[in-house]
Amino acid sequence: MRSDPNTRSPLTLKIAAAAGLLFMHLPILLIFVYAFTTEEKSYQWPPPGFTLRWLEVTWNRADVWQALWLSVRVAAVSTAGALVLGTLCAAAVSRSKFFGRESISLLVILPIALPGIITGIALRSAFNLADIPFSFWTIVLGHATFCIVVVYNNAVARFRRTSGNLIEASMDLGANGFQTLRYVLMPNIATALLAGGMLAFALSFDEVIVTTFTAGQQATLPIWMLEELVRPRQRPVTNVVAMVVVLVTFLPILAAYYLTKGGDNLAAREK
Amino acid sequence: MTSAVSFINVSRHYGEIRAVDGLDLEIREGEFFALLGPSGSGKTTSLRLIAGFERPTTGHIEIFGERAEGIPPYRRNVNTVFQDYALFPHLSVIDNVAYGLKMKGVSKNERRATAEEMLELVKLPGYGDRSPAKLSGGQRQRVALARALVNKPKVLLLDEPLGALDLKLREQMQEELKDLQKRLGITFVFVTHDQGEALSMADRIAVFDSGRIRQVGTPEDIYRKPRSRFVADFVGSSNVLPPEFTERVAGERCWSSLRPEAVRLVKSGGHEATLVSSSYLGSQYRCVFDVGGREINALIPAGAKLPAEGDEVRISWNKSDLHLMEDEA
Repeated sequence: MRSDPNTRSPLTLKIAAAAGLLFMHLPILLIFVYAFTTEEKSYQWPPPGFTLRWLEVTWNRADVWQALWLSVRVAAVSTAGALVLGTLCAAAVSRSKFFGRESISLLVILPIALPGIITGIALRSAFNLADIPFSFWTIVLGHATFCIVVVYNNAVARFRRTSGNLIEASMDLGANGFQTLRYVLMPNIATALLAGGMLAFALSFDEVIVTTFTAGQQATLPIWMLEELVRPRQRPVTNVVAMVVVLVTFLPILAAYYLTKGGDNLAAREK
Repeated sequence: MTSAVSFINVSRHYGEIRAVDGLDLEIREGEFFALLGPSGSGKTTSLRLIAGFERPTTGHIEIFGERAEGIPPYRRNVNTVFQDYALFPHLSVIDNVAYGLKMKGVSKNERRATAEEMLELVKLPGYGDRSPAKLSGGQRQRVALARALVNKPKVLLLDEPLGALDLKLREQMQEELKDLQKRLGITFVFVTHDQGEALSMADRIAVFDSGRIRQVGTPEDIYRKPRSRFVADFVGSSNVLPPEFTERVAGERCWSSLRPEAVRLVKSGGHEATLVSSSYLGSQYRCVFDVGGREINALIPAGAKLPAEGDEVRISWNKSDLHLMEDEA
């Protein structure tokens, strides 16, 4: 159902929309402001003064760099794995018919519908049972459970939209399997994979719940932030980190948005 | 004459379903050959067997005398125009057409020149830089044709090539395809469920039913001398007459067919009939007569005065127009 796009919306609706948007985005600005406050023990409003000192402090804190580096590696590895497995799975589900196809499709999507805490507890008990020590790889495995879903969703939507005949047409015109992958399949699914990959990376990068259950002594960036908030020492450092993360993640999200615009975007269903 | 494609006792089964069942067929070089039949009769599967997208469950396919088993689609000298055209949406028209040459490793300048020639051949010169999405159905069809011809295949396969076009465009493309085939001298094999299309375009037709071929012959053969009730029913709007009726009017006890245009009104002789209904078609009247409890469809040329509905009349036809059929089914 769609109303006439030319009718003007009433003023009250405009105000409500503006209020909604402000409510979503103002708190983020607040985080930016606190990154420059001179008060380090509590979040006091209005800030008693402004300083750039925290940028330097943050830069020199080794624990920040460690957490950041761990998060980047975890997100990169789980995204890479998800790209391969999610795409293969999407190809199988949308390209061929086999027994249990529908169940597989459901089982792949299920982890993102499950509360993270259940995934986390389940994985932790499984790792314990199998005597697998917690490490970088256990975090990656935990993240891969939802990263695959995001990639799969994007890829499966694109596969459904691309005509199956394209592959046959390519083979018919003399392209072997590899050439078909290179010249027909990849160009047609690349933007979907890019968008899926970016969303997977972003999801992994800010994951807390599953990570708390699957990480050992290591702290990823979000876990580190959580720990910092409890400690009343150099609080604005957390805000500086948060600000940088927002700015750095904003660009790829924006890029993904423009790349998939006009295409279908099943996007990430937020957990 | 050499044979371009031969089916030697070919079957293709999907579990219990026999999509193609014991097919023997020879398509000659340079022929415009139609695979005609209702949907699910095995004609498209047969086409895909030639292209190499399907493998025979049993039997062999030979392309220019060479066994096709184990040869993948990309190494067969056969190209396909797909039903939905299957143009590559991420490539421009010229890159679509040149795709086959690129896979062969032809240099960029050469393949551009050849692709331009092909576009000219299908009457789309200067369309190279457009995106396929911006073309009309008829133009897409031409691009698909140019793309399939660029590798100079020995056999061109067309899967319901005109199915998606509107009537006027379809008639125009029929002419052009026929013309193109004559000029290039390539063997064309096309699948259609439209008997009119098959009759007007093909040199020979194979009529398919439930995975088997019911009859192979020239359009005239198929139209005038259907071998079985199925063919008579499917090709055109023939009157299919049961053995009792045939015995009464022709003295022989077998199924027969009678073309509606062979029926004419006569003053005397012939058979007693009642005009049940009639409708005006411009150049003709479509009439239904009742002959001893049997309905007979007829096309009577307009101009002569038509009796009123319910009138007693006499109708007749040439003895040779009543075609006696060999097969029961």
